[in-house]
Amino acid sequence: MQNRLKKLVRARLFWPLVALALMIIFNIIFVSDFLKIEVKDGYYYGRIIDIINRSAPLMIMAIGMTLVAATGGIDISVGSVAAISGAIVCTLIGGDFQGNPKYPFAVAIAAALLVTALTGLWNGMLVGKLGIQPTVATLILYVAGRGIAQLITEGQIITVYYKPFAYIGGFVPGIPIPFSIIIMAVVLVIVMIILKKTALGLFIESVGVSADASKVTGIDVTKIKIIIYTFCGLCAGIAGLIISSMIRAADANNAGLMYEMDAILAVAVGGTSLNGGRFSIAASIIGALIVQCITTTMYAIGVSSQVLPMIKAIIVIIICLVQSEAFRKAILNVFKIKRGLTHEKNAVKL
Amino acid sequence: MKKMQLNSKYVPLIITILLFILMFAIGAVRYPTFLSLQVFLNLFIDNAYLIILSIGMTFVLLIGGIDISVGSVVCLVCMASAHLVENVGMNPYLTMVLMILLGAVYGLVQGCLIQYFKMQPFIVTLAGLFFGRGAAAWISIETINITNKTYNDIAHYRVKIIGNNFISIGSVIALVTLVIAIYLAHYTKFGRAVYAIGGSEQSALLMGLPVARTKVLVYTLSGTCSALAGIVFSFYMLSGYSLHGMGMELDAIASTVIGGTLLTGGVGYVIGSLFGVLTQGVIQNLIMFDGTLNSWWTRIAIAALLCIFMIIQKLLTNRGSVQKKGQVA
Repeated sequence: MQNRLKKLVRARLFWPLVALALMIIFNIIFVSDFLKIEVKDGYYYGRIIDIINRSAPLMIMAIGMTLVAATGGIDISVGSVAAISGAIVCTLIGGDFQGNPKYPFAVAIAAALLVTALTGLWNGMLVGKLGIQPTVATLILYVAGRGIAQLITEGQIITVYYKPFAYIGGFVPGIPIPFSIIIMAVVLVIVMIILKKTALGLFIESVGVSADASKVTGIDVTKIKIIIYTFCGLCAGIAGLIISSMIRAADANNAGLMYEMDAILAVAVGGTSLNGGRFSIAASIIGALIVQCITTTMYAIGVSSQVLPMIKAIIVIIICLVQSEAFRKAILNVFKIKRGLTHEKNAVKL
Repeated sequence: MKKMQLNSKYVPLIITILLFILMFAIGAVRYPTFLSLQVFLNLFIDNAYLIILSIGMTFVLLIGGIDISVGSVVCLVCMASAHLVENVGMNPYLTMVLMILLGAVYGLVQGCLIQYFKMQPFIVTLAGLFFGRGAAAWISIETINITNKTYNDIAHYRVKIIGNNFISIGSVIALVTLVIAIYLAHYTKFGRAVYAIGGSEQSALLMGLPVARTKVLVYTLSGTCSALAGIVFSFYMLSGYSLHGMGMELDAIASTVIGGTLLTGGVGYVIGSLFGVLTQGVIQNLIMFDGTLNSWWTRIAIAALLCIFMIIQKLLTNRGSVQKKGQVA
């Protein structure tokens, strides 16, 4: 029995799931109507559905970010890339009041995804080929990306009246669950199949543990990094489509703002070490749900959206501290000293 | 052979100085009013805070670290001093001292987390970035204008140079900081330890240098510089706003890299960062003088310049290692 319990506690998904359960219990107690799910016009509505719907873009970003983190890197440009994606799709469809698209819907989506994959490729080239620190390499697009999005929309917020555009982040007629979740599921399944059926997952982990050792064993480290960053850019692009579809507009300044922090937080909460190495996509998905839960709960309590990053920053630091071996040792030492003292006292008494 | 290697260390710095002169010349040819002492001095006035930031950043990059929290520390300091001076009514000079302390503690905490708990610099300072912004918004979401007399007097004081040309107090602070930083980097034990750690942390440790203390001190120094830059920025803007200094971290890193400091650490000069800032300033001026370009082009141009310099660095360091290998063979 005790063995089984130990096994359960050691399982990768155990702690993220406990955290999620705690968040949900907290919400059930403090937020009214949390569990209520209504059916309106054949669609499901409710707070839980809302959280899942809103966390879908975050989950997709977290999938990409998990793989990047597993190689020991980081991509802080995801929020800006999401803004670029939204800017492209909205500009190509155009803000026609009658709802007639300028270019076909599929062309607009394809263009947005292509460009975001290219931005990812750019990051990958800088990190993989030139060996530049991932932070600095992706910082370039983190800052310049919003500028590029501004240039695409010519500094305006383009509102799209074309109906099908709203489907991506909302409901497709005839399907009762939000479409964004289906997109997320498709991305997840494709990634899982690739990771399980090929050695890519193993290669990523080995690059994260030691790039030098991987190179010696014959893994093309540069290629792996480029593929992963490109994929991360693509994920950010898909997330950007959902985000801009939710507000039915391209907002270069605010779309996907602070998402990089949420995505990194989701990965960290899920338990994937940001130092690279072992990773779990499922854990990051749960991490994304937890992060979205935190966000909604904070809003419900009355914390403003601009103050939220402060709280999330503290949570990230605490999680990283717990993951840090040096910190755990320091804590253990404190306990040991205390225990040692009580032992001594006991000895004196005896 | 030896002379050649010595040269390659200076190459980025020389390129930057030449680029700065070239840019200024382009401006002078295209716009008749560009070539004046005041336009040149304005570079110092408009970028005083950036000079101070880049100085702190140079030390961080020299030890092979990174600090992307600088922009939000500037924002937090601006906001906090505006709040303290305007809403609390605190003495302006006391506020400034408090702000410097705040920056030092901010850097110290980040440095300790990085050094003693072996956390990655980018995670710690990224958290620092978001923490600073959040804290600034927590103080106030609205803009707070600084109407305090002392602040306004300092902001509008003109230090005459030649004739009617002048610089601001902020730029004087920046230049003094620069001189102190050059002294610190090249004439003290601390400076030598910084270069040694950047060259190879392992060897520095074996040499018996105080690696842990130096690294924590460097992050503390960067935090202090950010706070000082924040004070100078508050003279420049005369307001606190939670979106001040967005993307400033890129500007600081870009000026340092353009100034010839290697991202891998160990190589670079504090004076180079000054030229990095001035080059950026000229680009900004050119875009402003042009008048038809979107202001976002500045950011994109700086990002592009940063990329070019990183590629140059890569090529230079590659050549260096090839040479070393050749010597061994």
